[in-house]
Amino acid sequence: MSKIRVLVGTKKGAFILTADGKRTKWKVDGPFFAGWEIYHMKGSPVDSNRLYVSQTSGWFGQIIQRSDDGGKTWHQPGTPPGEPTTTPDGMPKGESNKFVYDTSDKTGKPLTTHQWYDGTQHPWEFKRVWHLEPSLTDPDSVYAGVEDAALFRTTDGGKSWQELSGLRGHGTGPQWTPGAGGMGLHTILLDPKNPGRIYIAISAAGVFRSDDHGKNWKPINRGLKSQYIPDPDAEIGHCVHRIALHPSRPDVLFMQKHWDVMRSDNRGESWHEVSGNLPTDFGFPIEVHAHQPETIYVVPIKNDSEHFPLDGKLRVYRSRTGGNEWEALTKGLPQKDCYVNVLRDATAVDSLEPCGIYFGTTGGQVYGSADSGDSWTPIVHDLPAVLSVEAQVL
Amino acid sequence: MIKVILPAHLKTLAHVGGEVALDVQGQVTQRSVLDALENSYPMLRGTIRDHVTQKRRPMVRFFACKEDLSHESPDAPLPHEVAAGKEPFLIIGAIAGG
Repeated sequence: MSKIRVLVGTKKGAFILTADGKRTKWKVDGPFFAGWEIYHMKGSPVDSNRLYVSQTSGWFGQIIQRSDDGGKTWHQPGTPPGEPTTTPDGMPKGESNKFVYDTSDKTGKPLTTHQWYDGTQHPWEFKRVWHLEPSLTDPDSVYAGVEDAALFRTTDGGKSWQELSGLRGHGTGPQWTPGAGGMGLHTILLDPKNPGRIYIAISAAGVFRSDDHGKNWKPINRGLKSQYIPDPDAEIGHCVHRIALHPSRPDVLFMQKHWDVMRSDNRGESWHEVSGNLPTDFGFPIEVHAHQPETIYVVPIKNDSEHFPLDGKLRVYRSRTGGNEWEALTKGLPQKDCYVNVLRDATAVDSLEPCGIYFGTTGGQVYGSADSGDSWTPIVHDLPAVLSVEAQVL
Repeated sequence: MIKVILPAHLKTLAHVGGEVALDVQGQVTQRSVLDALENSYPMLRGTIRDHVTQKRRPMVRFFACKEDLSHESPDAPLPHEVAAGKEPFLIIGAIAGG
C-alpha cells in the first residue's frame, strides 16, 4: 500500500507526518532543527528520499539541509568538517549556505539596487530562502527563491548555489518594491511539458516567466488590477501571493493575489478574475486538485489587515469549474472562534485516489482531507505556526 | 590552543558538545579566530559573519574576559588571557526578539 509523507515547516522547527494510504492514522516525527524557522522543505519528484530544507534564523542566517534517506538523517551539503575549504588551485569548494548575488561584470554588475518603501533605491540584501523547488528530472538540481527577490539554482545537490541573474536583470528589477512581509520570491513552478519554462512570483513585483531555463525573463501581469498601487494596471508591482498549475495542463495558471483570485489560459500572457461567489477574495494559498485540472482550492481570509477567516469560520473553498463558482468546505473544520491564517506555502495535495489535501495554520494545526476536501481531520493540533506544507506519495 | 564557546544552535550545526579548541596561527584576533573556526567547521560559514563582507551578523556578539568586544576592530588583538588559552572567546546570540 502507498504511504504518505507530509513535510511541515514551522516557525520553530520541521516536522514529518507519515501515514499509510488510508490517511487516517498519523505518526508525527520532529522537531527537526528545533528553534529555527523552517520556511520550506520539499522532496525531489524523482527521488522521494532526497529532501531539501530551508532553515533560517534572524541571528545566524541561512542554512540549507539535505536528507538522502527520507528525513532520518540530515547534513549540510557543503564541504564536510575537516576537509579543506578550497581546492588545490585555491578555488572555494561547496558552501551550502552561501547565496551571493551575481556581481560579475558581464551579468550582475548593473543589478545593484531596487526600490525601497520610501521610493529611494536600496541595495539588494540577501535575507533567507523562502522556497525550494527541486528539479523534475534531477535530484541534485534545485531552484531557490530568496528574499530580497532573486532566483538561485544548485546543480550539485545543494553544495553551491548560483544566481540566475537574468531575472533581476531583465529590466524592471530596479522598480521592484518589498511587500509588507519583505520582497520574497516565494513561488517557483516548473513546467513538466516544456523543460525550459519556469514561472516565478514575487511579493510585491508580480509574476515572471522564462522559456529558456531561467536565462531570460519577462513580466506576465497583464490583466491584474491592484487598486493599492498608483497605476492599477502596471506591468509590475502587483502583490501576487501564490500561483499554481496542474502538471497535465501547464499553460493554465491560477493565482491568489493580495485581493482577487485570477486565472490565465495562455501561460500568463493575460489574466482574468475568477473570484466569483467567494465571500472574500483575499488570501494566500491556492492549490490545484491532483487529478482534476479544473478543481482548485483557496482559503479566503477577511481582508488585508485582518488575516483570519471571515466570521471566525475556517472554510476551504473549492471550485470544480476552474473558478467563479465556489463551494465552502467545512466538515471537520472549526466553524466558530477560529482566527488563524493559512500562509502561501502551507497547502499541498497528494496524488492518491481520492486526492488528499493538507494545510497548516498559524495556530499550529495541520488538517488533512482524504476525500478531495469533502471532510477534514486535524492530523496534529499544537505545532508552532506552520509556514509550509508539502506532501509526498511513497 | 584558543578556546571558543559557541551558542547552542551553532554547537548543533557544528556537531560539537562543549568548548571548541582551535590552533590559531599568528596574532590572535577576532578575524584569525573566526578564520580558524570556519576552516575547522565550514558549516558555520555565514552564520557568524557575512559570507562576502565578513562583517559580524547584527545579532551576534563577541564577549571575552567580561567585556563586550563586538564593536572592536576584527584585527585588534584579543585579550592576552584568550590568546594564552586561559579564557574562552564567547560567541553569543544577542538577546532580542521579545
